[in-house]
Amino acid sequence: MFNWFYTGLKAGIRTTPYPKKADMAPGISPGRPRATRLDAQVAEALTMRCPTGALIKHQGGVDVDYRHCVHCARCRRNTGTQVMDWSQDYDWGVLSAHAERAGHRFRDIFGRSLHIRFLDAGACGACMSEARQLNNPYYNIHRLGFFITPTPRDADILLVAGPVTDAMRIPLQKTYAAMPEPKRVVAMGVCALSGGVFGPSFISAGGVADVIPVDVLVPGCPPPPLAILHGLLLAVERTMPSRLTTHAAETEA
Amino acid sequence: MAAASVMQPPAAAWQELHRICPVRWPKVSVRTDHTRHIAHLMVTPATVRPVCLWLFGEAGYHFATLVAEEFDGTWHLTYVFYDPASHGWAYVELRQPLAQTSVISIGDTVHAADWHERETEDLFGLRFEGHPKLGEFVLHENWPEGINPMRKQFDARAPFAHHQQKTVWEPPTIVEAPGAFIMPIGPVYSDFAESAHFVIETTGEDMLRVLPRFFYKYRGVEKIAEGQTTERVLLLAERFSGSSAFAHGFAFCRAMESLCETGVPPRARVLRSVFAELERLRHHVAVIAGICASTGLAVAQAQGASLEEDLLRLTAQVCGHRYLFGVLKPGGLTLAPDARCLDLLRERAHALNLRLEKLYAGLRYSSSFLDRLEDVGLIRAEVVKAFGLVGPVARASGGAADLRKLFRYGAYEQVDFAVPTETQGDGYARLRILFQEAAQSAAIIERLLDDVPDGPVCAEVIPRAGAALGFAEAPLGATFHWLRLDAAERVQRYRISTPSFRNWHAFRVAVEHFSFQDFPIVLATFGLSNAECDR
Ligand code: SF4
Repeated sequence: MFNWFYTGLKAGIRTTPYPKKADMAPGISPGRPRATRLDAQVAEALTMRCPTGALIKHQGGVDVDYRHCVHCARCRRNTGTQVMDWSQDYDWGVLSAHAERAGHRFRDIFGRSLHIRFLDAGACGACMSEARQLNNPYYNIHRLGFFITPTPRDADILLVAGPVTDAMRIPLQKTYAAMPEPKRVVAMGVCALSGGVFGPSFISAGGVADVIPVDVLVPGCPPPPLAILHGLLLAVERTMPSRLTTHAAETEA
Repeated sequence: MAAASVMQPPAAAWQELHRICPVRWPKVSVRTDHTRHIAHLMVTPATVRPVCLWLFGEAGYHFATLVAEEFDGTWHLTYVFYDPASHGWAYVELRQPLAQTSVISIGDTVHAADWHERETEDLFGLRFEGHPKLGEFVLHENWPEGINPMRKQFDARAPFAHHQQKTVWEPPTIVEAPGAFIMPIGPVYSDFAESAHFVIETTGEDMLRVLPRFFYKYRGVEKIAEGQTTERVLLLAERFSGSSAFAHGFAFCRAMESLCETGVPPRARVLRSVFAELERLRHHVAVIAGICASTGLAVAQAQGASLEEDLLRLTAQVCGHRYLFGVLKPGGLTLAPDARCLDLLRERAHALNLRLEKLYAGLRYSSSFLDRLEDVGLIRAEVVKAFGLVGPVARASGGAADLRKLFRYGAYEQVDFAVPTETQGDGYARLRILFQEAAQSAAIIERLLDDVPDGPVCAEVIPRAGAALGFAEAPLGATFHWLRLDAAERVQRYRISTPSFRNWHAFRVAVEHFSFQDFPIVLATFGLSNAECDR
């Protein structure tokens, strides 16, 4: 029998220092465009290049609507002009308008231990893969008191990815209804925020908020593991929302 | 099931079909496209079945995809086959008026076409005469009968409200045996499982029957692509199945390039193959970690998952994205990594492969782990042939088809590699294939990076109207993307045939009659994606 115990010990600790300290390991986040000062002509050209309409031109430059940006990098490469500034951050979570209005306290009840039910409402696999990484030794969310649970009845947080396909609408409603109060919903990935490249359409909703109330939005296509973690921490008020909230938080959720 | 004769019949190379077919079937005419290696077989409603059965059963062709199109006021049905012996294609083309909505089924013999026919029936309303099981498939019980979303007049943009009716789905038949009960799994189950539903009928230990229900994740990708620019559709191609995004983007770009006769510059050809192998490597490592998890081998799972994360980070460093989104464009690539970047990739791919070898060595000496995989989830060679299985699942059961090797597209003509095959067809054979392929991907990356040609990474694509097929060997097997553009450079038809769609078809064959606790393990060794299957 191969000695897995010894192998495990020898592998040592790889876990990220986040959220105590920032983790700057290369490749930990794909980064994302951020609001950039540009002259009118360049701003016009870049806005035209964006295939999802995520770039919004204004007087001094261009803003980014993170509910739609799919990280296609067309505003970053081969433009022949100045490009969008690219931020290498990952603290991307923002509160939805619904959560801000409700203003409920969650930390007092769930500050240290929290159960999360993940739900795939038509996600492509990249979001799922990034969520799955949270359990790997690099991110190891157990150390923060987060646990993934297979049953909604134990769950405090519903983490949803995907635009919500027609066939997943009812399972999503049922899962949400089966969770005890108080509960929060974290929508991760642009599909879950706005339908992404898929919705709204004849068969997909335009994101999770079309079906159940959403508290935290984590943009990204897909959001890297630390962005998801940031969203989860935000849901229990253990961190602050992203500073780059242009347009993302303004939309009704 | 399969009507394949035991005797090996004489080869019917694609170049020969124009001679052979009209003799056998005087009503069939053949046009040969020598640049793309395609024999177009124009068939009639009466000859479509005998021609397809002959290609599949006697001539040794493999079934690739069935494309239904509502085009110019006519039904265009294209049954795509390819010949692994002569490395060419046979397109069996049937045209009939729109009012004529029935076609003869081939799915009973060409079992690989079975699900294609069910899907086409559900989405287009075409009836396949003789098919034993038509009806609710992609669209579930909530969807009203008689509304076929792939028909041209159906509007894809408008939300289609029909949620008032909440009918409850029940399995069409149930197993009757003493003590038998139904164990439903899903669509929401397990920690991080994709949404799918399995109805398992058991008497307590053995799974007597397993009825999978998929398409919970049907996003209508083929429908919403219609009328869009190719720029937008590329986003869909990359994003409908994120774990094999590059392979599908690759197949889409190759369809564009085949249609527009674009020559991809040598540097881009090499780098595309490098990135495709990087994706395969990461994909297989993730599946391996999943297999370890399914057997509860926590340390090995942690090792696999760490390797996966390292590969994701490496990918982001080289390509700017952890899942290779936004790297491809028709004609080449959007980015030109510099020499330092490629050196990093070479070095790291090598080092990561060494770690993978260690993991493999560890697992091979873990008898308690192997006990769970050996002789579990058996797929026999006949099933591979009949169901047209592809990818690692097929290669673990003696099927050797690999589009990289058969058609040597892109830079695969420059590297020599053997396609690993195993014959046991059990869970352990699939694990071995995954390890061998991952190691081979790492080796191909190293070899290709030895000599990356200089020059541009993208050629200009001059769009034209027409249709073409793009294909690639995705991590899970062969994928086929059919693309039709109109004169305004808009997509008229986009048809995606994926390896998960193909292999899920045979999943029940692998799990039935094994015991209940083997289910998650067989599931993990298949390693399939529902996003890729459902589209
Ligand atoms: S990355 Fe792509 S989707 Fe995002 S803003 Fe830039 S062009 Fe638009």
